[in-house]
Amino acid sequence: SPDAINYTYTTEFDFRRAESLPVREAFSIVGKDGKLRDGAKEPNLGPELLDKMYRNMVQLQVMDHVLYEAQRQGRISFYMQTNGEEGINIGSAAALETRDTVFAQYREAGVLLWRGWTLQNFADQCFSNKDDPGCGRQMPIHYGSKELNFHTISSPLATQIPQAAGAAYAVKDEGENGAVVATFFGEGAASEGDFHAGMNFATTLECPILFICRNNQYAISTPIQDQFRGDGIVSRAAGYGMASIRVDGNDILAVYEGISQARKFARANSRPVLVELMSYRIGHHSTSDDSTAYRPLEEIESWRTTEHPIPRMRTYLEDRDMWDQEREDKLREEARKAVLSAMQVAEDKGKPEALENLFADVYQDLTPNLVEQQEELKEMMRLYPKHYTTEY
Amino acid sequence: FRCSIGLRDEFGKARVFNTPLCEQGIVGFGIGYTAMGKTAIAEIQFADYIFPAFDQITNELAKYRYRSGNQFNCAGLTIRMPYGAIGHGGHYHSQSPEAYFTHTPGIKVVFPRDPIQAKGLLLSCIRSPDPCIFFEPKALYRGSVGEVPTEDYMIPLGKAEIVRPGTDVTVVGYGAQMNVLAKACDMARDKLGVSCELIDLRTVLPWDQDTVINSVKKTGRLVVSHEAPKTSGFASEVAATVQDKCFLFLEAPVQRVCGYDTPFPLVFEKFYVPDHLKNFEAIRRCMEF
Repeated sequence: SPDAINYTYTTEFDFRRAESLPVREAFSIVGKDGKLRDGAKEPNLGPELLDKMYRNMVQLQVMDHVLYEAQRQGRISFYMQTNGEEGINIGSAAALETRDTVFAQYREAGVLLWRGWTLQNFADQCFSNKDDPGCGRQMPIHYGSKELNFHTISSPLATQIPQAAGAAYAVKDEGENGAVVATFFGEGAASEGDFHAGMNFATTLECPILFICRNNQYAISTPIQDQFRGDGIVSRAAGYGMASIRVDGNDILAVYEGISQARKFARANSRPVLVELMSYRIGHHSTSDDSTAYRPLEEIESWRTTEHPIPRMRTYLEDRDMWDQEREDKLREEARKAVLSAMQVAEDKGKPEALENLFADVYQDLTPNLVEQQEELKEMMRLYPKHYTTEY
Repeated sequence: FRCSIGLRDEFGKARVFNTPLCEQGIVGFGIGYTAMGKTAIAEIQFADYIFPAFDQITNELAKYRYRSGNQFNCAGLTIRMPYGAIGHGGHYHSQSPEAYFTHTPGIKVVFPRDPIQAKGLLLSCIRSPDPCIFFEPKALYRGSVGEVPTEDYMIPLGKAEIVRPGTDVTVVGYGAQMNVLAKACDMARDKLGVSCELIDLRTVLPWDQDTVINSVKKTGRLVVSHEAPKTSGFASEVAATVQDKCFLFLEAPVQRVCGYDTPFPLVFEKFYVPDHLKNFEAIRRCMEF
């Protein structure tokens, strides 16, 4: 039979209990003290790239903070932060190329930021104004950019995973200088059936795709102890016949190296790779969550003060005279001003026109039932103009 | 059902291939592939097994263009599957699940009644700027024969066809049910002297309301029939629309002749299906109201 499993026989009986298997080590370059680990090679990424990576992490963190507060003040309806996962966001984005199509989950805004989405773009989508490329149809943070090859976020979890495998099949034949596809998901989403579907399709159909798992230890209030019993997500790859690596997600340099290598491997072999990035969700799941209800403050504080990717990289840079307090202060002040300004502009822009944008793009063209319903709404708007308005 | 015989030899294994047994994977993979601008046909073995892919179809495929503000779309995806009664299919080889999908804005749902319609409608689905679900009547795979033109031709989506013009009662169906309805109309003509206008919807989402409405305004009577269960079945949609648009033209209540509200039974199939006798009685009820 074709490609049969080449097993031999044994007279010894062994259940091969999972606890007896070694726990996968996490690849790491810089420890939580910001110093190079014993045995690690100096990455030598060059001052320009390092500077860009650090600035993007800080800009992302500042944007998250300001927009989170905007929700608290009732200026936008919803927001999700990447707090604690800025290293994952920017490290991955920097290692990928903008032509690599990304299918994300919802905590990967840093990928868009790195690729050049402006603060105004983010604010416009969050305020659902007339410049939102999604035409005000979805909740905040459901970003999408065709120009930057970032497919529009949807709320159902893990649905993007088999989609990404299909997209990778579409770029399979681009040769050794071709693009790859990357999909991001949390350790919780990896429990969904769609994860299994995507992994299995990618290996059997030999797709050049990166499965990037952000293991941040919480799926809203469900801790990892209730999410799985195996060795995280990385241990599942072997079951599909897939290459895999576990990486210290709080070390941006390790993330960069891990994703870079994975990209090379996937492209060269037209095969998938699973990368599990270990981290911690420092913020709440979203503005609709108060995580102090299900985890101790000390736990959050411990991760925030000792494992956070931003201070870790800052120490690394300062040790090499690539950063200092003055630059830090200036960056944070400018970053904050820029976000506030974009937000104000976004808030002052009008909303998308309702009659057209409610009905367009369900199909390429309006179907007769939609034309009829649009006419009905038009009449209601004529009768009750004060009620049917996007102005508050 | 051998629909892809010879295709792999002609077009190669990169284009015609097996996948792991996973409907959510098949549809999800198809969504991602076509979201990159490609064209793909996803085959599901029986319509009864479409449900693992329900989330991908309703939450993702149907909303891909809308939620992206028209930056992305899955126009190139067509999902095709055998549906309907086959004589011995029971619960899981006989279903007609179209009503779950006609309730989902963003996809199109299509039913061919014979080989000539199948080719023209399938080509329209494949080339449609919108994702389509194509239900193939398995009972007709071997049984339905036609002179299918060898050249390229397309039959438009969203357009019903008046298969048989008539004056006394409008009879509406789609797919395999068209043969059943033709038989019922023959009976009505022979036994009651009734002239039925028989309409094949062909596309049920979006459906051609104008053709049906114009017909009912002429006849004043309507019978709608499908194998799928009666409650919330597609006939409900047609009936509600017709009573709204043709209220004063109706001479009798709209008749829905459908499967019962039960799972599709095996040994009771003959009792369950909306056959030509039940449809004949519905036509008679309309005329005698």
